[in-house]
Amino acid sequence: MIELHQVHRDFLVGDQTVHALNDINLTITAGEYLSIMGPSGSGKSTLLNLIGLLDRPSSGQYLLDGEDVTTLGDVQQAHTRNRRIGFVFQAFHLVPRLTAAENVELPLILAATPPQERRERVAAALEALNLSDRARHKPEQLSGGQRQRIAIARATITEPAVLLADEPTGNLDHQSGGDVIETLERLNRRAITLIVVTHDAELGARASRRILMRDGRIESDKRTDRA
Amino acid sequence: MNGSDISRFAWVALRGYPTRTLLMLIAMAIGVAAVIVLTSLGEGARRYVTDEFSSLGTNLLIVFPGRSETAGINPTTMMGETPRDLTLDDALALTRSYSVRRIAPLNVGAADISWRNRQREVTVIGTTREMLAIRHWELAQGDFLPATDPDLATPVCVIGGRIRSELFGARRALGEWLRIGDRRFRVIGVMASEGRSIGVDVQETVMIPVASAQQLFNTPSLFRILVEAKSREAIQPVKRFIIDTLQARHQGEKDVTVVTQDAVLATFDRIFSALTYAVGGIAAISLMVAGILIMNVMLVAVSQRTAEIGLLKALGAAPRQIIVLIIAEAFLLSSLGALLGLLLGQIASAGIRHAFPVLPAQAPLWAAVTAVLVALITGVLFSLLPARRAARLDPVLALSRR
Ligand SMILES: Nc1ncnc2c1ncn2[C@@H]1O[C@H](COP(=O)(O)OP(=O)(O)OP(=O)(O)O)[C@@H](O)[C@H]1O
Ligand SMILES: [Mg+2]
Repeated sequence: MIELHQVHRDFLVGDQTVHALNDINLTITAGEYLSIMGPSGSGKSTLLNLIGLLDRPSSGQYLLDGEDVTTLGDVQQAHTRNRRIGFVFQAFHLVPRLTAAENVELPLILAATPPQERRERVAAALEALNLSDRARHKPEQLSGGQRQRIAIARATITEPAVLLADEPTGNLDHQSGGDVIETLERLNRRAITLIVVTHDAELGARASRRILMRDGRIESDKRTDRA
Repeated sequence: MNGSDISRFAWVALRGYPTRTLLMLIAMAIGVAAVIVLTSLGEGARRYVTDEFSSLGTNLLIVFPGRSETAGINPTTMMGETPRDLTLDDALALTRSYSVRRIAPLNVGAADISWRNRQREVTVIGTTREMLAIRHWELAQGDFLPATDPDLATPVCVIGGRIRSELFGARRALGEWLRIGDRRFRVIGVMASEGRSIGVDVQETVMIPVASAQQLFNTPSLFRILVEAKSREAIQPVKRFIIDTLQARHQGEKDVTVVTQDAVLATFDRIFSALTYAVGGIAAISLMVAGILIMNVMLVAVSQRTAEIGLLKALGAAPRQIIVLIIAEAFLLSSLGALLGLLLGQIASAGIRHAFPVLPAQAPLWAAVTAVLVALITGVLFSLLPARRAARLDPVLALSRR
């Protein structure tokens, strides 16, 4: 469902060009569980942002479900992000003045979902993550693990096909990091395509497909058959 | 995103930064309140002055000695200096028109008055009984000047209320003989205290028959002639009549000026309306300043909330939705500020009316409407730039900044 062909992403820093992504060719099928690892600055985040349509390649082609999305306009890209892609960030990025439930509701508000349906879906999503009793809490009243799980609920509320997580456990202790990963994996078992960027070798190893990046290139791409 | 979602989001955003919101509200409110208060003062002054002029009398024409080129008031007419004086006979000649209801000649001078050992200086007005009706004056005691031949210098006087209390205290003034200059006059009436009146303070004047005044001041001339036309429509014909009559009497020289009360009123009305517009406009500029403040605050808000805007983009907000959210916030801010300002302005105007009852300070409707509109428009206009900046933010950079 995700196809990248000869994708480059160059950044101009001063008068130097940084090749953050250098000739990336990658095909990801629906429902895969993929981890991206590699040293700092190897282009992991850049690749993820590109897949998530937060960034555009300098050259190359990106097909999402067979459709060339690099040429889409801003409005179309925003629409695609809203319906088909979910993001989970290292820093959670919850809106501090909104309650947990309101944060989860945001993508539905942007999608102009009717209020009644919104409430039902938010309640169901929180219920599924065992966070119903935290619905009316502000982010600052939640633990890191709870915040990240709220962020996951928000990322998946529009039932996207792809969930992109950039170091989702980077700000968490071992215990809550494990909770978060389990939550993500449970979603993957229910057919969502999961792509996780991580520095944690143990976490990376859990994915059925593991990509190692170095200097903007894919160095290795290993698969294990699912148990 | 529907309207209620947008306004709820904006409202929560405003509540999220209470200090900032409060300061902005105050800035906006002060701007709007300034427009309300200043225009209410201007309007109050206008109404005060026009009321004053109306209280001079109705359908009034005032004849000045001396020629003025423009029909207004110029220094020579103000000084009352003229090559040819207005005389009592001139005044009496003016009664010979069907359209003239009544006339009153007027002579004014300062004189020392005394009763027993008490003494003071006052303004002495020489006139006739008609003056009472023309100026709608009222008497507290006794009667006004007698309706005799204007040429008759009867030694009687009518005194102002304050003069009565200063000279006579608790004693009865009616029937007493008052010395004015080197003559003696019998007090036949006391003026009622009048609310207000432009020019002469009735409280501080002594009125005597016009012929007596001419003797007292040793002059055959008059200071003014007041002419009351029978109706509003008669004012212009009467003006013509006065000019023609006096020209004929003055060997063909047009050496008088006739001012109609309407013209004076209209002039003052124009002046004060212009003044009100001017101060309203100046105050509206302070609203613009508030608008610029809003712009700065929204710019700060956008940079403060960079990550949040990046997040909204990641969640699928289109550029237009971001713009709408930011503008909605500014709009909400400026409408709340405008509302607060409206309230403050009205309270302040009421306070002014309470403190100075003579000044009917009340902001005209156009001022209130304009102030609110300007507030809303500046709020939206000045938030366009921050909103567009927010919409153009690169989400990757926005999200990576912590
Ligand atoms: N906006 C940008 N402007 C200039 N250079 C950039 C920009 N974003 C990324 N880069 C550069 O591109 C390269 C890849 O960056 P990227 O963030 O993808 O690395 P990463 O693998 O995610 O690293 P980390 O593990 O530290 O998060 C780096 O050399 C970085 O300096
Ligand atoms: Mg990274």
